[in-house]
Amino acid sequence: MAKIDVSVETDDKPAPPPKHPNTCPSCHSHYRDDELEAALWVCRQCGYHFVMRSRQRIDSLADPGSFVEEAADLHSEDPLHFFDLRPYTERLAEAEMSTGLADAMVIGQAAIDGRGCELAVMDFAFMGGSMGSVVGEKVSRACDSAAERGVPLIAITSSGGARMQEGILALMQLPKTVAAVEDLRDAGQAMISVMAHPTTGGVLASFATLGDVLLAEPGALMSFAGPRVVQQLTREKLPDDFGLAEQNYRFGNLDAIVPRPELRPALARLLRLFDAPV
Amino acid sequence: MPPSEHELRLRQRLSRLRNMPLLGGAKLSGELDRLQRQLDRMGEEATDEEIWQSVELARHEQRPYTLDYVERILDDWFELHGDRGRADDGAMIAGLGKLDGRTVALVGQQKGRDIQERADRRFGMPNPEGYAKAMRVMELAERHGFPVVSLVDTPGAYPGVSAEQHGQGGTIAASQAVMARLTVPTVACVIGEGGSGGAIAIALADRVLMQENAIYSVISPEGCAMILWRDAGEAKKAAAAFKPDAAHCLELGVIDAIVPEPQGGAHTDHDAAARLLGEALREAIDDLADIPGDELRRRRRAKFRSLGVFA
Repeated sequence: MAKIDVSVETDDKPAPPPKHPNTCPSCHSHYRDDELEAALWVCRQCGYHFVMRSRQRIDSLADPGSFVEEAADLHSEDPLHFFDLRPYTERLAEAEMSTGLADAMVIGQAAIDGRGCELAVMDFAFMGGSMGSVVGEKVSRACDSAAERGVPLIAITSSGGARMQEGILALMQLPKTVAAVEDLRDAGQAMISVMAHPTTGGVLASFATLGDVLLAEPGALMSFAGPRVVQQLTREKLPDDFGLAEQNYRFGNLDAIVPRPELRPALARLLRLFDAPV
Repeated sequence: MPPSEHELRLRQRLSRLRNMPLLGGAKLSGELDRLQRQLDRMGEEATDEEIWQSVELARHEQRPYTLDYVERILDDWFELHGDRGRADDGAMIAGLGKLDGRTVALVGQQKGRDIQERADRRFGMPNPEGYAKAMRVMELAERHGFPVVSLVDTPGAYPGVSAEQHGQGGTIAASQAVMARLTVPTVACVIGEGGSGGAIAIALADRVLMQENAIYSVISPEGCAMILWRDAGEAKKAAAAFKPDAAHCLELGVIDAIVPEPQGGAHTDHDAAARLLGEALREAIDDLADIPGDELRRRRRAKFRSLGVFA
């Protein structure tokens, strides 16, 4: 199944990247761009789910023309003037250039099969989907937007965890998003969480696991601590499915594992179920 | 630096702190007096060396742990055990006691003193069962109107196979959600290491305090150094970069006040450290006691929802 590739919050080193982004890391089948796109970035041979970009995800779920993005212009600041081997500001600029996004999350109003919802979709390509102030603020605003419009929130996560370069303020995005989801809950709206590979660290330990319904994609890593950290600290032999969606499902941490081609109909069904009687 | 210039900078810093919304409240002037004294002592922005000293003091093996404070601050302490499902996690303490005649519920991570106790308590790194115990006792406090005090002292939540199987991430989220729903006054204090998700799980409180030499951070200095510098030996550099010390947390609005420690650090005099912590906890609970529960909850959520820096 899926090879674990990165965890930002832990001291895992990323696995060596596949030779080509269109080569399946699991069975080594190779695809053209249009083939992968047509298959929703799922390997036709072995079912491996490639990491999906946020715009593609939204296109695959929202009714055509229904998506209205919100808070697109929010940008990260650099409150700590963080500098490791390179300045944080440089890493941000580079991520913005390479992804065309302002940060690791896109939020907005949408409809799925004719029913309104709020979408909050993470993008792993932007600094490993790490959660800093902008991601936290977007979750917060998505909760308010859903509450105001009386629609459910659908959060699709893909993140290595909290963004170290924002220090303690990154950690504070955990309680911030938790508080926002609680306000949404008090407003009587549902939240559906879809955890894509990988949903780890601070995102797993905050809003992602607070949905009324918890879904995951096949093979998604969903561990709080990375496999290498666990192995180094405990010297335990890790089970083959350590931290994966399948293990989480077996232990009762998930409602369902939904393969990507079935996600849109599953979400449409849930939106019908949560739709209050008129 | 000549004294006049020093005073000027201090005044500027204080005026910035005065304008911070988080410091509003009945005892504002008292807080500022205390800050003034602290800033007098600290003077300038903490240097890299001072930040590392905080890391070392926060982890000092003679530093008072949760139960050391419990026995000095609370009367009639009654420890409560178990999560009512799977286990009793020694890395998390929970119980009831009297703080100045008022019953409070206390939760907090507990490190061990000797090798056996350290192993038993997993160095203060709770399993999901530990957070489940804390949640159970916080809900008990809610039912009976007891204020909740949490003492944070953990390198992080335990990274183990069974911890992951039993939903470590989801439990940390659930524990924060419980705290976001409480209508009783809540005060958290970081008394040593405030390590990442394992710490924030019990720190979504109305008032968040931090002892002078405690650290509060998104990741351990070693973990950060390993990822960003590819070398755990660069921990000092990492700590200097992400600034886990109390003064920086206060400036960023992440904590509400710094609790002073005896000269040289809390480990030099457990009794004195406990007196200072007890005073701060009492003062915070007194401040919150008259605020209606739903208003407390509203303000608590609004405070955490305001944290972050973006443009």
